[in-house]
Amino acid sequence: MKYTPHTPEDKRLITERIGVRNIEELFSGIPKDIRVKGKLNLPGPASELEITAELEKLAASNSRPICFAGCGAYDHYLPAIVDTIVSRPEFYTAYTPYQAEVSQGTLQFMYEFQSLVCRLFDMEVANDSMYDCASALAETAHMARDITHRQKILVSAGINPNYLDVVKTYARGLNVPLGTIPLKNGTTDLAVLKQMLDDQVAAIMVQHPNFFGTIEPMNEISRLVHAKNGLLIVSVDPLSLGLLNPPGKYDADIAVGEGQSLGIPLSFGGPYLGLLTTRKRFIRKMPGRLVARTIDSNGKKGYVLALQTREQHIRRERATSNICTNQALCALAATVYLAYLGPRGIRATGEHCLAKSHYLARRISELPGFELKNEQPFFKEFAVRTPVSASSIINAGLKNNILAGVDLGRFSPEWKNQILVAVTEKRTRTEMDRYIDFLKSEFGGQ
Amino acid sequence: MANIPEGLKYTETHEWVKVEGDTVTIGITDFAQSELSDIVYIDLTALGKQVKQTDTLGTIEAVKAVTDLYAPVSGTVTESNGTLNDSPATVNTDPYGAGWIAKMKLSKPEELEKLLDAAAYAELARKSEHH
Repeated sequence: MKYTPHTPEDKRLITERIGVRNIEELFSGIPKDIRVKGKLNLPGPASELEITAELEKLAASNSRPICFAGCGAYDHYLPAIVDTIVSRPEFYTAYTPYQAEVSQGTLQFMYEFQSLVCRLFDMEVANDSMYDCASALAETAHMARDITHRQKILVSAGINPNYLDVVKTYARGLNVPLGTIPLKNGTTDLAVLKQMLDDQVAAIMVQHPNFFGTIEPMNEISRLVHAKNGLLIVSVDPLSLGLLNPPGKYDADIAVGEGQSLGIPLSFGGPYLGLLTTRKRFIRKMPGRLVARTIDSNGKKGYVLALQTREQHIRRERATSNICTNQALCALAATVYLAYLGPRGIRATGEHCLAKSHYLARRISELPGFELKNEQPFFKEFAVRTPVSASSIINAGLKNNILAGVDLGRFSPEWKNQILVAVTEKRTRTEMDRYIDFLKSEFGGQ
Repeated sequence: MANIPEGLKYTETHEWVKVEGDTVTIGITDFAQSELSDIVYIDLTALGKQVKQTDTLGTIEAVKAVTDLYAPVSGTVTESNGTLNDSPATVNTDPYGAGWIAKMKLSKPEELEKLLDAAAYAELARKSEHH
């Protein structure tokens, strides 16, 4: 692809047409002191060969340690079929046309994506995806207020702090009062929750399993919030749903999740995939796109974008959300992944995560100076109190080709001797034993 | 030409008002429904609330546009037309009858004096049509 600059002749024609003498006059409305002075600090032009060499050099600086880090982004297996289908040029190169119905193939997979997510979550409606779990969760605050006509949102301290940052950013713009429900023994404190709930609370947000990997008492939480006619918003790990009850089973009103686990590579933080589901009666308050199946005038099956009046291009400033796109390619990856694994595959993957993470947790907790932060049940991730700082363990691990976990001290100074460890189905007994040997040899185990 | 019955009051924002004692019934005019075309959803957010004249009562969604419904008078929104949940297009087919949208209890009856009569609204609709 060539970079085609404006020629002096182009510039002359354009400025003449719009009635300014030159570029300087065109920019005269921009104050001089905020303009860039001199040339941009960029390297000079390079050939294709030189650029390839530069990129290869950068790529070679990547390392692929054995991954025990999670915290919302997990090293799950990516079946080859996902990349094969996603890379088909019909999907890979296409951008949604503004007449979306021209792309029946795209709309069909989006419809299948919605259907698969609904079945996985046991919820009535799923939209066509959000940017990631954090943005999906943030959007639900506004959605819940719009449904309930109440103002306040209570957030469990078990929500991933990275997600919470995004929730707070959205909440600030929309003036949503947020309250925090503390944890007790690793899960949302039900007694405090009960005190905090009143008829001003639009919804509570809970993560399940929570940030520390712990399984939350969702049935009790659901009963408490519904007794006060508030909504239950839950953020789940979609790959936990082969084992744990899906949100529909404990009567969640809105359920979101991070779709990265479903066939999407880690890729240094994105692009990821936000899943958002709700009840049918809240469909008009739901953000994002929605594909529906219909019959055309010849009686043939076809797919259309539905309920677009909810959206920004029709509702304008009255729209409840400004998202007017989706993560189409990532949603396709998740669609292929879910279809390929099926219910049995999802369950088997969950069983591997569960068994392996419990093996590693038990082995770690046997080491002197190491203990589990919580004794409650967990799914695939757990927090460990460490005899030295988590950051020193992680640094030492990288020298041994092990990514030992996530330093919880990044989120709170009081947690600097705590590490969050995730174990996916990909980890082998050999890899986990290597992790244990590393901890023993470096940090004083026998 | 749009149907503009005598005996109703009208607003410049194309609502009609039927007065019965201290209760008013509100809908949108035949002119408004034909401009909007196929109505698919009515969201009466102010139901049960006290509102001032010209406050937003909710929104009316048509296939290609969404418009606000404004309070023609101050008072409390006491009732919504439940049949519109299943058949919002009734507003298109019978805007002054079965397609009524809300009922309000008046708090300032004197505001009715400032609303338009059929002739004045007909003039407004005629001018709007030229745009």
